[in-house]
Amino acid sequence: MTLLDRIRSLAHPGAPHADDAPFVRLQNVTARYNGVVALEDIDFELHGGEQVAVVGPNGAGKSTLFKVIAGIHPPSRGTAHMRGSDPRGHICIAYLPQRNEVDWRFPVTVQDVVMMGRVSKMGLFRRPKTAEWRLVDECLRLVDLHELAGRQISELSGGQQQRMFIAQALAQEAELLMMDEPLNGLDAPSQDEVFSILETLKGRGVTVLVAMHDLGLAAQRFDSVLLLNKRLVGYGPPADVFTEAHLRRAYGGHLQMVETPEGTLVLNDTCCDDDTHAH
Amino acid sequence: MITLLTEPLAYAFMQRGLLAAVLVGIVCALVGTFVVLRGMAFLGDALPHAILPGVAAGYLLGGGARGPVLWGSLIAAIFTALGIGALTRGARIREDSAIGIFFAGMFALGIALISSIRSYAVDLTHFLFGNVLGVTSNDLWLIGALGALVTLTLIAFYKEFMVLSFDARLAATLRLPTNLLENLLLVLIALTIVIALQTVGIALMVAMLVTPAATASLLTNRLHKMMMLAAAIAAFSGVAGLYLSYYASIASGAAIVLVCTACFLLAWAWQSARARMQHAGK
Repeated sequence: MTLLDRIRSLAHPGAPHADDAPFVRLQNVTARYNGVVALEDIDFELHGGEQVAVVGPNGAGKSTLFKVIAGIHPPSRGTAHMRGSDPRGHICIAYLPQRNEVDWRFPVTVQDVVMMGRVSKMGLFRRPKTAEWRLVDECLRLVDLHELAGRQISELSGGQQQRMFIAQALAQEAELLMMDEPLNGLDAPSQDEVFSILETLKGRGVTVLVAMHDLGLAAQRFDSVLLLNKRLVGYGPPADVFTEAHLRRAYGGHLQMVETPEGTLVLNDTCCDDDTHAH
Repeated sequence: MITLLTEPLAYAFMQRGLLAAVLVGIVCALVGTFVVLRGMAFLGDALPHAILPGVAAGYLLGGGARGPVLWGSLIAAIFTALGIGALTRGARIREDSAIGIFFAGMFALGIALISSIRSYAVDLTHFLFGNVLGVTSNDLWLIGALGALVTLTLIAFYKEFMVLSFDARLAATLRLPTNLLENLLLVLIALTIVIALQTVGIALMVAMLVTPAATASLLTNRLHKMMMLAAAIAAFSGVAGLYLSYYASIASGAAIVLVCTACFLLAWAWQSARARMQHAGK
């Protein structure tokens, strides 16, 4: 083995996957963010292949939860495990950026961004080869973006931008995909596009966590929801989790319950940071 | 016309100067692409200023000899780059404030050291504005070697630097060594500053790092094309600047930067005209 081969073999192999271990497991996780407690005593298990909506008020710790699961933010107490080991060893976790966090002027095309998902698989000093470009093309086909492969990323619509990042996660061969408010600022047809791709991901066994504000959409589109307000308020089918007691615990004064002849109407607080960058 | 181009080449100092300006321009532009994309223009201005105490210490200790000045600037540049990196990661203070404080403090220390030398004004001017026509063949070898090192490192870690600059969180979840790569980039910027010291000097260095790369960013949508275009613009500016300097009798560093700036304004005007035409066509 030459020295160069030795260095190249430093390419991240990814931690082994224990088949009998839970897909994701958090035990008594407390995490601080900028010195403030963002998550407290979180305990849950996520099964492989599940798609879960993570809901809660602003500042409920949704992003911190994702960062802890992804292994890019250490919990101050408790442990997070991905398939039986520390998430920091895994390269199969994708945590997609929110659209307003992305520099859309960056000089890359759609296929360049998708190829970024392959970087740790390719290893040091290696350039993408034909096989890699073919894989990127397949991923773009799965999200129906292959015709825009050569476009600069600022030319995409909101829904297309989301689909590009999902294609990137596919190229990464991610088994866990976390999306932070992917529906923000998308019109209804674009939201439908994202949901239809989530269906495709279900078929491929990809586990998905989606942070969102819209409780109605969460209940309608997801089999499981996770209600969070620093502590875990409820986790399970929407009908079991979205009870009045749970919602009051999660949202407190920010939620208005209106009794109507047809039942309880919940007015959700989607205020402020949500819509400022929607336009 | 041809004699206008060949006449300056009769002088060996002009040949060396041209070669130095081209080499330095290319390295600055390649590294500068990442400086521009990562929004580090302020750091690109601060870092050259902050190495002045190293330059001055080398000058004082070596009695004006080239070697100690070079080592002094090299040590100061790497120390300052990593220092600013550590300081800005601490997040107790805003990043631009931290850079501003560090850079002004170090620059003041450098001026204080130089002011203890008798020929204060002349020497300070030399460091501040460079003197590309004073480049020796030893300097050229050094520029070539360090420049090759910087360029090869950038090529070797191209895709890693691209991911890190585009989406630091993606770099983290792909388990790339993000801190190591960030520090490596800072060291590359530091090395670039050391080799550019002689040609454009401290005060105008930021232009060599930022202007060609920013110009290229107006003209292309792919990262590797942006790097190559930036390098071409910088090399052209180096040559055109030196001719301008020769015939107009103006300072060489300033002439190079003026050509860079003119290129940027042209690209900017072309880009806005094209955008307006596309807008009108719709």
